[in-house]
Amino acid sequence: MQKRLIVNHQLLEIMVMRLCHQLIENHGDFSDSVIIGLQPRGRQVAQRIQSTLKAILGTTVPTGYLDTTFHRDDFRRRDAPLAANATHIDFLIEGKKVILADDVLYTGRSVRAAMDAMISFGRPANVELLVLIDRLYSRHLPIEPTYVGRRVNSLQSQRVLVEWQGSDTQEDNIWLVTKNEE
Amino acid sequence: MQELSVRHLLGIKDITAEDIQLIFETADNFKDVLNRPIKKVPSLRDITIANVFFENSTRTRLSFELAEKRLSADVINFSSSGSSVKKGETLLDTVNNILAMKVDMIVMRHSSPGAPHFLSHHINANIVNAGDGTHEHPTQALLDSFSIREKLGDVAGKKVVIIGDILHSRVALSNIFALQKLGAEVMVCGPVTLLPKYIRELGVKVEFDVRKALAWCDVANVLRIQLERQQMKYFPSLREYTLYYGIDKKMLDSLDKEIVLMHPGPINRGVELSSDAADSHHSIILNQVENGVAIRMAVLYLLASKQ
Repeated sequence: MQKRLIVNHQLLEIMVMRLCHQLIENHGDFSDSVIIGLQPRGRQVAQRIQSTLKAILGTTVPTGYLDTTFHRDDFRRRDAPLAANATHIDFLIEGKKVILADDVLYTGRSVRAAMDAMISFGRPANVELLVLIDRLYSRHLPIEPTYVGRRVNSLQSQRVLVEWQGSDTQEDNIWLVTKNEE
Repeated sequence: MQELSVRHLLGIKDITAEDIQLIFETADNFKDVLNRPIKKVPSLRDITIANVFFENSTRTRLSFELAEKRLSADVINFSSSGSSVKKGETLLDTVNNILAMKVDMIVMRHSSPGAPHFLSHHINANIVNAGDGTHEHPTQALLDSFSIREKLGDVAGKKVVIIGDILHSRVALSNIFALQKLGAEVMVCGPVTLLPKYIRELGVKVEFDVRKALAWCDVANVLRIQLERQQMKYFPSLREYTLYYGIDKKMLDSLDKEIVLMHPGPINRGVELSSDAADSHHSIILNQVENGVAIRMAVLYLLASKQ
């Protein structure tokens, strides 16, 4: 397995800062806006965006996370079912401007499932999509992000891995992982 | 990415503790879904489920039907009264005819112990046992343990007494298996005529005095006297049973601790439980019913992925 660093922790910090300023351009004081991270890996993206916005604006934007497992279109088409994660949205999204946040946009199927799952919580005024990495030319559905950290060209056999500083890693990094040919 | 070790849910005896934990974790997520404004997910939209009930049921059948509808499955209902079963059709023929209409899963209740096991050897669809005679009622035991876990945090290490007609109860047997697999201590309590002769072989404690049993336990699961299954007299009168085994609020208040009171329903108020006990703060009877839908959604969801 080969790993190539595509975004290091300094770049990632700049990237998150830029995304936040782009959000501020469109959302102003965020009085009608909420952030929803897609489980499992979009949760940390949402938290990071929330804390950075708090540092810039001093306001806490309501942030939740959403599990899409039961709304996926590949149930019974996989060998084993995906394990579900918790959903935690303790605010109403009716009439709100929703920012969906995830780490990597690939086929677009998770985002479709997320939009489906989100509708169970009300009818938002509009929905935007924020991703750290957009994998180009790999979409199965006509879904495009509103805010992008970086666009990358990648092969189907490769995988984008976003590591957050925590228990197993020292710093935030984004890697492009290539599996060795068997 | 976990899955069940079985293709059918025939009884708790056949599944592992890991299976039960997986069902609980999945049910947690479905319980969350049930508290949303829109209580429905599209997971089973391409699945058709037949609820085949050869015996009467209110709660179980409604609960299964709701669980199926919340998962967006197509549902057909069958009850033996008013059907061709009365004209002499065999169980296998009846079910095969239903399956010929492209049904993917069967939820079955039958008065003969082992009926769903028999079916599982002859048909391809996933089978969920919704009660087979006096044998097992797995989803009831799962929702009972799930309710204990929800109320007390964990099932392991808890002392649970099952009180009443153990001899005729499928709920008792499934509960004993489930509680033991999850690490609880189990006691059964009832008149000697209503306890199976070799019940101790299952590794449960036996007590004939309901007061001692209540003093011992953390959770009391009270069962109904199943008069419809009793072909002979097991005790002199219902009044005498109530006198010795009926639980009322005064008994619960006289204990020096808080216990949790459960009942799988239907309650015969004034027989095994007085009204003031059934409606007291000890009782989690309605929580059990609520949890039933989430547990059944989890079971159907996990089995559907094993097509």
